[in-house]
Amino acid sequence: MHETLSNLPLLSGLPAQVLVVLAMVSAGGIILGCIAVGGMFFIWSERKVAGYIQSRYGPMYVGGWHGVLQSLADGVKLLLKEDIWPEKADKPLWRMAPLLVFLGAFLSFVVLPFGPNFVGANLDIGLFYVMATSSLVVMGVISAGWGSNNKWALYGALRGAAQVISYEIPLGLALLPVVMSTGSLNLGTIIQAQAGWIHNWHLLNPLFFVSFWIYVISSLAEVNRVPFDLPETESELVSGYHTEYTGMKFAFFFLGEYADMFVVSAIGVTVFLGGWYSGIPALDVPALFPLIFILKSFFLVFVQIWLRWTLPRLRVDQLMYVCWKVFIPIALANLLLYGVIRTVLS
Amino acid sequence: MGYSVHGPKARTGGQGQGLLPKESLYLIEICKGLFITMRHLVRNVFHMGDMPTLQYPDEKPDYGPWLRGRHRLMKREDGSPRCVACQMCSTICPADCISIMAMDDDRPDVEKSPETFDIDLLRCVYCGLCVEACPCDAIRMDTGIFEIAADNRAAFQVDMDFLLNNTTDGVKS
Repeated sequence: MHETLSNLPLLSGLPAQVLVVLAMVSAGGIILGCIAVGGMFFIWSERKVAGYIQSRYGPMYVGGWHGVLQSLADGVKLLLKEDIWPEKADKPLWRMAPLLVFLGAFLSFVVLPFGPNFVGANLDIGLFYVMATSSLVVMGVISAGWGSNNKWALYGALRGAAQVISYEIPLGLALLPVVMSTGSLNLGTIIQAQAGWIHNWHLLNPLFFVSFWIYVISSLAEVNRVPFDLPETESELVSGYHTEYTGMKFAFFFLGEYADMFVVSAIGVTVFLGGWYSGIPALDVPALFPLIFILKSFFLVFVQIWLRWTLPRLRVDQLMYVCWKVFIPIALANLLLYGVIRTVLS
Repeated sequence: MGYSVHGPKARTGGQGQGLLPKESLYLIEICKGLFITMRHLVRNVFHMGDMPTLQYPDEKPDYGPWLRGRHRLMKREDGSPRCVACQMCSTICPADCISIMAMDDDRPDVEKSPETFDIDLLRCVYCGLCVEACPCDAIRMDTGIFEIAADNRAAFQVDMDFLLNNTTDGVKS
């Protein structure tokens, strides 16, 4: 990107180091803007979908058409609200937590492949990087829970930590067969292996199909969504790990959650649903790639919202049962089976 | 056997109250649930007007003419109150919210008429007994006004002037 900036007449005289910094700042700004706008859109659509599922309208006034600007109004409200903090909170941890949660989502956006040349950073270890950055969220959850000095928040954080750490395993194991198949952790390469007609999508391989469902369900637990929203459980833990947060700090948690939803959906699309390819070769023009990718990711986000307004919440022991006794054995068997088949066939 | 970390199967417990094997897998039931919510979503998006939800301040519910709303006092043809200050309504009122001061009336066909007729809307329980008790149909609760709100108590102490000119906008005739 800094090459592009150095070609601008206004900036051509500046030294390279300044240009690199400028490029970094502007790239960060673009991603931040995308997350903010996308997050607001998801929050609005969640409220609308929830409304229509429950035969309500949801927001209808702000912004004219069906309350599209409701999230913007709420954002302004959150900015203007008083920032209340618990007197006995562990201040540094407590302040850092929303930023860590947001950072996890923010960093993942860097490698999301919206198109062959439309990637923040085309890392060779893209998939690994995303797994690593999305685990950063749990650090935020734990420091929020501990820093708040509140028993509800601490319970929420403990649950969050147990849950996210457990579900990372089936999540990673579900992605491994695909990595074995493509021989690369680069998200672009994984997508390019699915070019052409729709039957090339990894989803339609029977073993990858199993992996896909394990991935989708584990990713729900990873982003703390219903039916796995035990860290929040408003019915028993008030609001879980973000009980004590108000105003903009709370908004960061909220935005981070919705950005995370998009990230796990985008990774699901990349690995299993053909990424930026539409499944019909005639439609695969580079100009349409980002649109196709985003639409597919939106669909998976919609599925998460849909599940939220359908399912009740699991108990903690049920959650752990599903992870350790169902998903991990299935994912391991799946991985082994794929390895054997691949070895035999080659 | 003691306590065990139970999955769906171990939860089944006693006879007759457990889950069927196909239910204990949950997947079919989850799909059924998803189908139901999707049906609601699609139906409500395409037939938005059929939803039971009202856009309240814009759309008001139609409670019909039997709704006991805010009271009004009826007028004679000459505009004076129909009330004869007989105290029937204030006597029957279980909340004791009506207070009437009677005065002599000079008109040949009218014996008494109210000098003041105050209702404390904060005490009123909207039972409608005053309307039933009135011998000359002077008080009615057919205005259809059910949004009785104010930010000070004084606004709820309504007098005869207010009650005589109370709107009947809510009445469906």
